[in-house]
Amino acid sequence: MSTAFKKSVPGREACMPGVPKRRAADMLPAALLRQKRAELPEMSELDVIRHFTNLSRKNYSVDSNFYPLGSCTMKYNPRFMEYAATLSGFSKPHPMLPQIDPMLAQGALEVLWDTERLLCEITGMRAFTLQPMAGAHGEFTGVSLIAAYHRDRGNKKTKIICPDSAHGTNPASAALAGYDVINIESRDGIVDPEALAAVLDDGVAGLMMTCPNTLGLFEKNLPQIVELLRSVDALLYYDGANMNAIMGKMRMGDVGFDVVHLNLHKTFGTPHGGGGPGSGPVGVSERLVPFLPAPRVEKCEDGVFVLKTDYPKSIGRLTPFYGNYGVVLKAYAYILRLGANGLKRASEYAVLNANYMRKLLEDVLEIPYNRTCMHEFVASAHKQAEQGVKALDIAKALLDKGYHAPTIYFPLIVRECLMFEPTETESKELLDAFISDLKNILETAEHSPDAIQNAPVTLPVSRLDETKAARNMELKEKE
Amino acid sequence: MPYIPHSPQDLAVMLEKVGASSIEDLFADIPQDMRPKSFALPDGKDEMSVCARLEELAAKNRTDIPSFLGAGFYDHYIPKAVDAITSRGEFFTAYTPYQAEASQGTLQAIFEYQTAICRLLQMDCSNASVYDGGSALFEAFMMAARATGRKRFILDEALHPLWREMVATSTRNLDVTFTVVPHAHGMPDMNALHAALDDSVAAVAVQNPNFFGVIADYSELFAAAKEKGALGVISVNPVMQSLLKTPGEMGADIAIAEGQSLGQPLGFGGPYLGVMACKKALVRQLPGRIAGRTTDKQGREGYVLTLQAREQHIRRSKATSNICSNQALCALRALVHVCLLGPEGLIRTAETAMAKAREAAQALLTLPGVSMLNNAPYGYEFALVLPISAEEAVQKALKRGCLIGYPAGRAYPGMENTLLVACTEKTTAEQIQTLSGVLAGVLGGQQ
Repeated sequence: MSTAFKKSVPGREACMPGVPKRRAADMLPAALLRQKRAELPEMSELDVIRHFTNLSRKNYSVDSNFYPLGSCTMKYNPRFMEYAATLSGFSKPHPMLPQIDPMLAQGALEVLWDTERLLCEITGMRAFTLQPMAGAHGEFTGVSLIAAYHRDRGNKKTKIICPDSAHGTNPASAALAGYDVINIESRDGIVDPEALAAVLDDGVAGLMMTCPNTLGLFEKNLPQIVELLRSVDALLYYDGANMNAIMGKMRMGDVGFDVVHLNLHKTFGTPHGGGGPGSGPVGVSERLVPFLPAPRVEKCEDGVFVLKTDYPKSIGRLTPFYGNYGVVLKAYAYILRLGANGLKRASEYAVLNANYMRKLLEDVLEIPYNRTCMHEFVASAHKQAEQGVKALDIAKALLDKGYHAPTIYFPLIVRECLMFEPTETESKELLDAFISDLKNILETAEHSPDAIQNAPVTLPVSRLDETKAARNMELKEKE
Repeated sequence: MPYIPHSPQDLAVMLEKVGASSIEDLFADIPQDMRPKSFALPDGKDEMSVCARLEELAAKNRTDIPSFLGAGFYDHYIPKAVDAITSRGEFFTAYTPYQAEASQGTLQAIFEYQTAICRLLQMDCSNASVYDGGSALFEAFMMAARATGRKRFILDEALHPLWREMVATSTRNLDVTFTVVPHAHGMPDMNALHAALDDSVAAVAVQNPNFFGVIADYSELFAAAKEKGALGVISVNPVMQSLLKTPGEMGADIAIAEGQSLGQPLGFGGPYLGVMACKKALVRQLPGRIAGRTTDKQGREGYVLTLQAREQHIRRSKATSNICSNQALCALRALVHVCLLGPEGLIRTAETAMAKAREAAQALLTLPGVSMLNNAPYGYEFALVLPISAEEAVQKALKRGCLIGYPAGRAYPGMENTLLVACTEKTTAEQIQTLSGVLAGVLGGQQ
């Protein structure tokens, strides 16, 4: 499908504003103006609507397709949450209103204050910041808080430990905060306290854990890990990517985590938007509260909400205002709607669906850690790969059947890895149909592997040449 | 059960299949002593009740006061078709386009967004966006550090103060230093900026129009930076950029912008998007997602995420950035907005806003003791010097029903009497009358 730029017809217009009273040449010196107009598309409104409607139809989405993308929690995005963000009382206010006068934005501030408290209760943490604008931004915030804590105590710490099953963002965030990253090997799919003890010394600032981890397994050695870290004054970080497994079943603050980041776009049902915007709030234990980013919302004795900036130990400002406010607002709406029981139930049914899928799949694909899993699990196609059909091929064949593929080749510690996360919002009959289609694919792979290797064939394009893309670097339409 | 489709019969069959007598059995790995000490959230509510609560909270925010508050974030008109398109579930309930064949809509939209940004800024390459303007500035500095191997940065003090705070927070644990060059009455001090350049500088960063609304030409500064082996970084306003000399024309190496003014509601602070574009030589240092055009097995055109070897999921601790998302839906909004306005529409938006700003300035300058901070060319935000503290004036004016602007002293000690006033194409003649009437009253009451 040609681009909007190719569809452009000179002189065509859609939402053209009226003619200005004065033109630029009359208001600015010529030397400060651009020499030629930007060649942006000139289209009718129908051209624009049709172009983007047709583009949208080339996407798989939660609305249109099952999306069992492991670690991404592609659950249904309830529509009333979208409504919340369109209310003019939320979409119109300038973010600096509370600086001018907090009375101008009491509702907006109350949402922030309330959400912080709800997240504290969900996680058992002492306080939250809603500033981080995505999971990775939350990780960076969390590691910066760890650094501030150690600096304040005069600790000389240079290292952060990450298990080999960690998301790539963990080591990247730790490095960005100035730490050397130490990788440790898992044992039986979970963090091995012996491996941890072997690398633990006074230079360790903290350990970043995902629990359940990216294999979908609960980290059973958590108490031992907490004890080991405490012995060298190292802090324990909780990556909330997999929080959807565990709401109402374990709270990070109760079991010794010092820093937690959540992904509101995963656990709390806000849409992924094609890759963003997300939101990655960070919760902390008592000893890290003084270091939280400023400004923070406080509630005065008379019930008025205000913004305060006077926190001498704060790490400072991570975002211009209060993070991706619209995303926070939607997550707030979700939490109000589900309440304690609804959130707990979401985790319960997410775990049930994952285990049901795992049991149905175990006859057809190898499950390397085949025991009760949490909200996701990992399968391996290494046997199929020996016959020439790789995890990638299976993923593409699933697209032909109308499903989004699972996450593939992650975590890195499982060969030909496929990671499935069904979420709680999918029905039994959908899961049954999916497994049946996956079985078909694997049967086809045995007798005619090329059929699978050539998938997909039903989509607007077949497999794309990524090497050519990287070599040619055609990153924009030519003028 | 809201959003959970399981019937009691489904539950029974599924539990049997997994060999559990209850769902709770599946959580047996979590020992009792690790269970929650409390989970005292309110009970769930039906949709109607939650919406009523949200409407009640929304009503507590004041949106009825005429406002001239901008400070880098502007209330532009957004064509209704922007919402119509971006509320399509195929766009907003999709995820990162990792499976390219099933994500051609999102990928082509990113490619078109990149094209629009490159044409607007006259730069070679754009990424798919980062979180916001401030994070774009931080990432630009990190790019410059990697590209030059140097660790010192020069910032014009008239770069957005919030972004300077964000950059300071983000680099706290890194071995880098900053030299902030003071502005001269809101204008760039070109001599001082030039003087700050030496062989240790990774990048010099400026903003156009700057925080005080002042427009300048930074071509010579960037040429001088190049001579010292430093990169030129410029932050722009994308609406004004439809008119102004471009980063490309000025010879900037990296151009960034807060993309809010392209189709994003103010929304109490976001989500917005950070625009980032650079010269071709720097593309491998550009963080975040980038879409590229290629072909499929049959030779048909298609789009993929490309140059992924820079990214965290491949490079882990050696990645160009930890960023793992873009503000995809915001970038789509920006693209649709640009397509609906077209090049002329974007120009008219900027010109109308500028014309309104000049009307407002003209009206305010008739008031006793009110003057412009400087005589430099400006866009649709400008800086006034009042005979009294701007903070006091803003508070008093608010009581009279008008938010007259941003008191610059909050970010710039010593500029207590300076007020930033912003107009957009939405500003009405009546609002300008209210503004000047209210300020006249405030100043009159003072005398």
